[in-house]
Amino acid sequence: MAKFKNLDKKKNKSTLKKLKENREFLLLTLPGTVWFLIFAYLPMIGIVIAFKNWRISGGFIESLIKSQWVGLSNFKFLFNSSDAWLITRNTVLYNIVFIVLGIVVPVTFAILLNELLNKKLSKFYQSSMFLPYFLSWVVVSYCLFVFLSPEKGYINGIITALGKDKISWYTEPKYWTIIIIFMSQWKSVGYGTVVYLASICGIDKCYYEAAMIDGATKWQQIKYITIPSLKPVLLIMFITAVGGMFRADFGLFYQLPKNSGALYSVTNVIDTYVYRGLMNLGNIGMSSAAALYQSFVGLILILVTNGIVRKVDNENAFF
Amino acid sequence: MEERIKNISNKAKEEDIEEIEEIEEVKEVEEAPNRFNSISKPTNTILNIMFLIIAAVCIVPFLFVLMVSFTSEASLQVNGYRFWPEEWSLEAYKYIFKSGSNIIRAYGITIIVTITGTILGLIIMTTFAYALSRKNFAYRKFFTKLIFIPMLFSGGMVSSYLVVTRFLGLKNNILALILPICVSSFHIIILRTFFKTSVPDAIVESAKIDGASEFVLFMKVVLPISLPGIATIALFLTLGFWNDWFNAMLYIDNNSLIPVQYLLIKLETSMEFLINNSNTMGVSATEAVAKMPKETVKMAIVVITTIPIIFAYPFFQKYFVSGLTIGAVKE
Repeated sequence: MAKFKNLDKKKNKSTLKKLKENREFLLLTLPGTVWFLIFAYLPMIGIVIAFKNWRISGGFIESLIKSQWVGLSNFKFLFNSSDAWLITRNTVLYNIVFIVLGIVVPVTFAILLNELLNKKLSKFYQSSMFLPYFLSWVVVSYCLFVFLSPEKGYINGIITALGKDKISWYTEPKYWTIIIIFMSQWKSVGYGTVVYLASICGIDKCYYEAAMIDGATKWQQIKYITIPSLKPVLLIMFITAVGGMFRADFGLFYQLPKNSGALYSVTNVIDTYVYRGLMNLGNIGMSSAAALYQSFVGLILILVTNGIVRKVDNENAFF
Repeated sequence: MEERIKNISNKAKEEDIEEIEEIEEVKEVEEAPNRFNSISKPTNTILNIMFLIIAAVCIVPFLFVLMVSFTSEASLQVNGYRFWPEEWSLEAYKYIFKSGSNIIRAYGITIIVTITGTILGLIIMTTFAYALSRKNFAYRKFFTKLIFIPMLFSGGMVSSYLVVTRFLGLKNNILALILPICVSSFHIIILRTFFKTSVPDAIVESAKIDGASEFVLFMKVVLPISLPGIATIALFLTLGFWNDWFNAMLYIDNNSLIPVQYLLIKLETSMEFLINNSNTMGVSATEAVAKMPKETVKMAIVVITTIPIIFAYPFFQKYFVSGLTIGAVKE
């Protein structure tokens, strides 16, 4: 017994000593740690709101404790509404399209740009394609509005010049699946292209020269050298994208269609649903249930994808 | 001792520069025309035409907005939005600078938020990343986990909203535009990787032997060497703050605190917001709105919001690419 106590003391002492030795480092991490505790971990505790009937009584912690437990009733309410299916379907389907296009289009562009004979022109194309990435969704929504405005828009101008009826773009859901997909690619294709192009430039030229000598065609070079070399970057991008399959770019789905109610059937995603529930309806229970649903499925998705990647190819797993 | 540290860090910088120059020379040699494995001229022409169209699709929408902002309101009402204005006019910009005090103030808010946010974010993240980058920091693993877990799981919008408004009481406070987005795990990981790779262990050790504390080491040795990496993150942050409207939409109701991106959202539904001193001018708000060059003013605000990004674009592009390639490197 006494021996154990002694050991305990020793351990305590060494912990203290360790703390003291690292005090400068600990001080350096202090501001960051405080930030993470408040802005990342406190909200994680806050997810219990989804299981409570939120009532404000004093501060955040006090309200959290005093609010009554209601079990799963918030979730029942959410999943009994037709919205749950709609927002899940929209979020997942759009994301699947984004993941496929987000790999195929930029990789193709990067490979083609790399082949251009004139490097200055290639640089110019890259710069132009990268520009939309730096604009906010608000600015992008104005850029789109000059084309789609029902009265003064450029496209309706052409349509009337051709003698046809104007289209009320912001109330017709049938066009918006395409518009959303197109605009999301428009804004992000430059980013992907630049990332993949940087990786392609990093591939050792010797491989291509050796392949040439062996008589490989361009297509074979791309298939057997370029794409396999891109695999690590592609996998990281893929895992992050699949992990985010339950998340949507809020600006794309809220700001671009100008929050138009007529378009909800094709623009309502989990993020916009949570936002509207919180800010417009003040329905904290239901929106926090939707938010937890999103975080939880997102966590499972990222763990599963990473697990699969690790099994197939341990080196390229995310963690 | 400080001088010695300075000397060391200067030396390291010089070596770095030399190395970079060498790499650039190598690159030039490699990029020299190598007809041996190139595509044919006709293919090249087709690809160029294709990319010219894609590039145009990417920049023309913004140029269109620029043109509309220089159109006279009257011709816009008649013709709609046109690439080439029938009648050119500066009235929108004149309006902004003469009676757009609300616009100027929103612009000011954006500038204040961007500058303070970037500085604050850099202070918090560089110190944290530096500690993580040092092998002799005993709790390194714990703190790495601390920033890694939030990348996998988050509390979501609702509880974050309640933490900011209820726990911190920041509704209608400019800090609500800064604090929630000034730190990110991803940026810390990029910085840590940068510190690890760009600061040679030899320098750190020799400074330690001279008795430099971690703070001195960080300020006098690590920061100067790592400036390119820090610039990358600074640009990420600047862009994030400049383009943010979501936090304003969540946390700001007070019209005197809204940043310019959110102002643009408000203007979509109502222009009355721009009229603040109608009473003193002796005209009613509705009359003032009627007189205002509405459509072109909106587009002019879009333009002045985006112009700083366009000017900073060469820097953004240069540092973004280096940051992205570092970020893609696994630990």
